[in-house]
Amino acid sequence: MSADALLNLDGIGFTRNRRVILDDVSLTLREGNIVTLIGPNGAGKSTLLKIALGQVLPDRGTVTRRAKTRLGYVPQKVFVASTLPLTVSRFVTLTQRASPDEILKVLTLTGVAYAAQQSVHTLSGGEWQRVLLARALMLRPDILLLDEPAQGLDVAGQNALYDLIRRIRDDTSCGILLVSHDLHLVMSSSDLVICLQHHICCSGKPENLYHDPAYRALFGEHNVAQLAAYHHHHDHVHALDDATCPPLPHPHHES
Amino acid sequence: MRWTTQRVHPCLILTMNLNEWLTSPFLWRAMIGGAGVALIVGPLGAFIVWRKMAYFGDTLAHSGLLGVALGFLLGVSPSLGVLMVCLLLAALLVFLELKERLSADTLLGLLAHTTLALGLIALAFLETTRFDLAAFLFGDLLAVTRDDLIWIGGGVAVAFAVLLKIWRPLLAATVDEELARAENVPVTKVKTAFTILVALVIACAMKVVGVLLITALLVIPAATAQRFTKSPETMALAASGVALAAVIGGLLFSLLCDTPASASVVAVATLIFVVSRIIVGFGKK
Repeated sequence: MSADALLNLDGIGFTRNRRVILDDVSLTLREGNIVTLIGPNGAGKSTLLKIALGQVLPDRGTVTRRAKTRLGYVPQKVFVASTLPLTVSRFVTLTQRASPDEILKVLTLTGVAYAAQQSVHTLSGGEWQRVLLARALMLRPDILLLDEPAQGLDVAGQNALYDLIRRIRDDTSCGILLVSHDLHLVMSSSDLVICLQHHICCSGKPENLYHDPAYRALFGEHNVAQLAAYHHHHDHVHALDDATCPPLPHPHHES
Repeated sequence: MRWTTQRVHPCLILTMNLNEWLTSPFLWRAMIGGAGVALIVGPLGAFIVWRKMAYFGDTLAHSGLLGVALGFLLGVSPSLGVLMVCLLLAALLVFLELKERLSADTLLGLLAHTTLALGLIALAFLETTRFDLAAFLFGDLLAVTRDDLIWIGGGVAVAFAVLLKIWRPLLAATVDEELARAENVPVTKVKTAFTILVALVIACAMKVVGVLLITALLVIPAATAQRFTKSPETMALAASGVALAAVIGGLLFSLLCDTPASASVVAVATLIFVVSRIIVGFGKK
């Protein structure tokens, strides 16, 4: 592992109930980098994130983290029981003690300082995502793992959230591995985009990928050209539970 | 715990005046026992409500009959029998939830009624023991003995100590398990500890409210407190307060009107719940 590498996944394989979820997935996350996983539902993105986190053990392959790295994690869904009275500032310090000043600093960074004493049950979707991000930041992470951090937000909200994520990267130089559906929005902020469909279909720097005819073929011309719901258009065919990738008509496996 | 104890005859109570009441040891034993249980059901009940585990408490309570019967059969204290069966059942539940592909409530339904049936069968072997089934099912607060008080006191003290120790990690695991795990909370450990706590408290509280009413005392005070509080801790404390008020109110009501004590405690708890909701409703207008 090179010196600035925070996290290295090598040859990760994961099979559940005879379904191949992940097959030979390798990636490296470096300091100050944002690596984005895109792919259709059920492509194994969240599983890969949990393997990176150490919550799920892979069947094959190795996960290497630089010694003494702290992890911050924003899961896909966090649902607090409506019977549980909890303020935002309490929520972000559930596992991490912090002074009111520190709490306020982090909430200010994520733009929800005004909601510090509000109940978590009164927050909008966008506010909740920012609060989740704040909780992850409370741990002063070296690695941020974000599972669809902009879910349920409108386009303006998504843009603002990705701006925030980029700012966090710039301020703290932590490495960020994020899962997203929002193809166009993540492109500008990512150092590396990985398209996952159980295996790595294609990956590369966003500007290269963006102008790559193979990439355009993969995602569909109309999706590249306009802001629209992201559909995963394959240039090769998968059986439903098949993770193997038949030989491609044109080379787009580059990184 | 003596399940075979004599009840205090209602006529005795009716013929007593206030002074006699206040100096009668059975009333004070009932008050102290009830208060002890009330203090712990507040925070414990709050977690039961947050974690949606009401049916779990019910299942453990159902298994109590088997515990009492086994206690008699083995010649140990029925309370010890209840505690052992509750703990075994809790362990079995944790195990089955991991192994079986049944939803938690189906598993609970299966175990609750199986253990109840086994308890009834075991009871059939105890023909020679006089067993007060009504006291077991509905509790008999006014028949709390000195031995019961030792059980309740000890159980409540241990439960409080453990709960204080695991409060933060348990709360984190209750708010969101996945996040707690990611932030290095030993989720499985604190969940197991909590399950044991529930078993312990149910074993101790059984005498006070009986198996059919015990879940009520866990759930109603917590549900009452929820609307008025802004933090988990105040909700837990307020729930204890509501439970305490219900115990005192229920006992007094039971003495005045000659009603079953434990049922009266639950009825008063519900009354507090309803009145508080009405007040909240008016406050909103």
